[in-house]
Amino acid sequence: MSHRADEGGAGVSAPEALLSVQNLQKHFPVTKGLLKRQVGAVRAVDGVSFDVRKGETLGLVGESGCGKSTTGRLVTRLMEPTGGKIFFEGHDITHMSQSKIRPLRRDIQMIFQDPYSSLNPRHTVGAIVGAPFRIQGVQTEQGTKKAVQELLELVGLNPEHYNRYPHEFSGGQRQRIGIARTLALKPKMIIADEPVSALDVSIQAQVVNLLEDLQNELGLTYVIVAHDLSVIRHISDRVAVMYLGKIVELADRKGLYESPMHPYTNALMSAVPIPDPARRKDRERIRLQGDVPSPLNPPPACRFHTRCWKAQAICKTEEPPLAELAPGHQVACHFPENADKVTAPAAAKIAQNVEDALHPKKPVA
Amino acid sequence: MTRESLLDVEDLSVVFRQRGRADVRAVDGVSFSVSPGETIGLVGESGCGKSVTSLAIMGLLPKRGVRVEGRITFDGTELPALPADKLRLLRGRDLAIVFQDPMTSLNPVVPIGTQVTEVLTRHRGLGNGEAREEAADLLRRVGIPDPSRRLREYPHQLSGGMRQRALIATALACRPRLLIADEPTTALDVTIQAQILELLKTLVAESGTALILITHDLGVVAGMCDTVHVMYAGRIVERAPRHELFADPRHPYTGGLLASVPRLDQPRGARLEPIEGSPRDTIPWTSGCAFAPRCPNRIEECTPVAPDLLGDRHGLRCVNPLRSDRPETKAVPR
Repeated sequence: MSHRADEGGAGVSAPEALLSVQNLQKHFPVTKGLLKRQVGAVRAVDGVSFDVRKGETLGLVGESGCGKSTTGRLVTRLMEPTGGKIFFEGHDITHMSQSKIRPLRRDIQMIFQDPYSSLNPRHTVGAIVGAPFRIQGVQTEQGTKKAVQELLELVGLNPEHYNRYPHEFSGGQRQRIGIARTLALKPKMIIADEPVSALDVSIQAQVVNLLEDLQNELGLTYVIVAHDLSVIRHISDRVAVMYLGKIVELADRKGLYESPMHPYTNALMSAVPIPDPARRKDRERIRLQGDVPSPLNPPPACRFHTRCWKAQAICKTEEPPLAELAPGHQVACHFPENADKVTAPAAAKIAQNVEDALHPKKPVA
Repeated sequence: MTRESLLDVEDLSVVFRQRGRADVRAVDGVSFSVSPGETIGLVGESGCGKSVTSLAIMGLLPKRGVRVEGRITFDGTELPALPADKLRLLRGRDLAIVFQDPMTSLNPVVPIGTQVTEVLTRHRGLGNGEAREEAADLLRRVGIPDPSRRLREYPHQLSGGMRQRALIATALACRPRLLIADEPTTALDVTIQAQILELLKTLVAESGTALILITHDLGVVAGMCDTVHVMYAGRIVERAPRHELFADPRHPYTGGLLASVPRLDQPRGARLEPIEGSPRDTIPWTSGCAFAPRCPNRIEECTPVAPDLLGDRHGLRCVNPLRSDRPETKAVPR
């Protein structure tokens, strides 16, 4: 398993990669009875590898339970990984101790989904945004208050509101407070877990624009976790699509959205409702049957085969590796869509798969 | 239109009284009607009054501290005037509602089967055995595999999508003539959302149910509704047939909503165009257009008198609407 992921292209940490994740795993034990005997494990993240380059935005997209949020939390070390490696600026931070990781927390910060529960209701905005300075023992030139007010201004809030409490702000403004706190220590990388999904439609665009402006101004690197494919397309340079704890497709924005290769990516995109009745008619719609299977007992081999309309015998017996089928476009599928974009050696392999499916050499048990 | 309509809501207002503070008009003079087999959409952001409208129709608002004004006529019957026991006969049989959150609208300590069969025994007078068979059939119809096993299970044993389908099955149990779906897919993943919407569409087409779809997602509305009502701060600000609304949005709020969401069917723009401010930045309708503080088209005439909803086919509450000859609307094929 592990060597296959290493061959998958994302193996050796590229020099320009700010963050490199290799075969990352997180299994949550399922226990039973008084003695808490372990009877199984939820494989929330099960062998995920990717690189994040300096200054880019990587989008992690997928349905609920696919492990995208867990991946975000593992990378920020809010959770302890079960297996795999995480490199930040070339340093292995996978199992770094709390005391050693603390200085690194300045560089890796997180934006949370719910602006209502991620701010302490009994602290003033000043205390919330100033907390990173206090915790990290950072002395700012003109005092913490001045620094906090500058941050509030940076995210488009009134610096005079320093002494207000979170309940005095709307959802969008609260999310801005959360972003100001994130920026306090001038991080290099920000992990944003569903940064806009809890906000009203008309406010989402404001926060998306703010994130983009901050990236341009401060040269930030983002990993954005979201379920909304349109938001991810708008904001990301590269996109990873996850399904049941695995990356099924990883490509730059243009490649992924213009010629998605994995059937699951195609299905996801066709399920997004388009706010234009005139254009809906000529869209081909793929409707998946059933629910996402339980990560407690994921289907063998290709995890998508239970819902896939292209599935053949090989999909149930052999797991497709995440392989680079076109330049910069990694796909884990035996029978990818948009096969005309595929490079020659990969095309030969796919043709072989199709041939085997049509004329099976031996009956599959 | 009015003659054949199943539900007529006329000048509906819902006022919440608060001790020591001014009353809140959550819904303010809303009128619309639905015919059998028709789907209408109520669209708006949080706090615009769309859910309170649905609760008022169903008679589910508390009696204390709430004042409901206006007329709600269902098939000739005035619903608010109906005594509680008569209303209870209608509710669940002719009127049904599906709520947004499948986690909280099912009773967690009662098996799914009991919750679905309750409606059948209560309203259709079926015996226990018959009701269970019928319930299993309903679950199968909404796409739940292995329904007889699922009937014995508790809500926490079902996934979000399945819970929502169980709720829809309960709502459909008596083949209601009017179904209100309040954000039926907001808590669900996109692939499941597509399944549920398809299910609702089939239902309307097959049984001629009138459907009121309440949502904040313009994408959902675009695929489902015949007529769309856009609400802001308790009032309808624009009302139009679906194709017309999306091809030619006239109210700056509708236009702003459409421009602020990134879309998969269009080339990726460099920047999104948000609506400034937040839904909190409103002024009361008594002192002008509530959207004026956020409106890019604001002119002097917007205050202090709020505009009326004018126009028959394409209703609009705005004194300075977006022009329909804008180049971006022309580009859309009609």
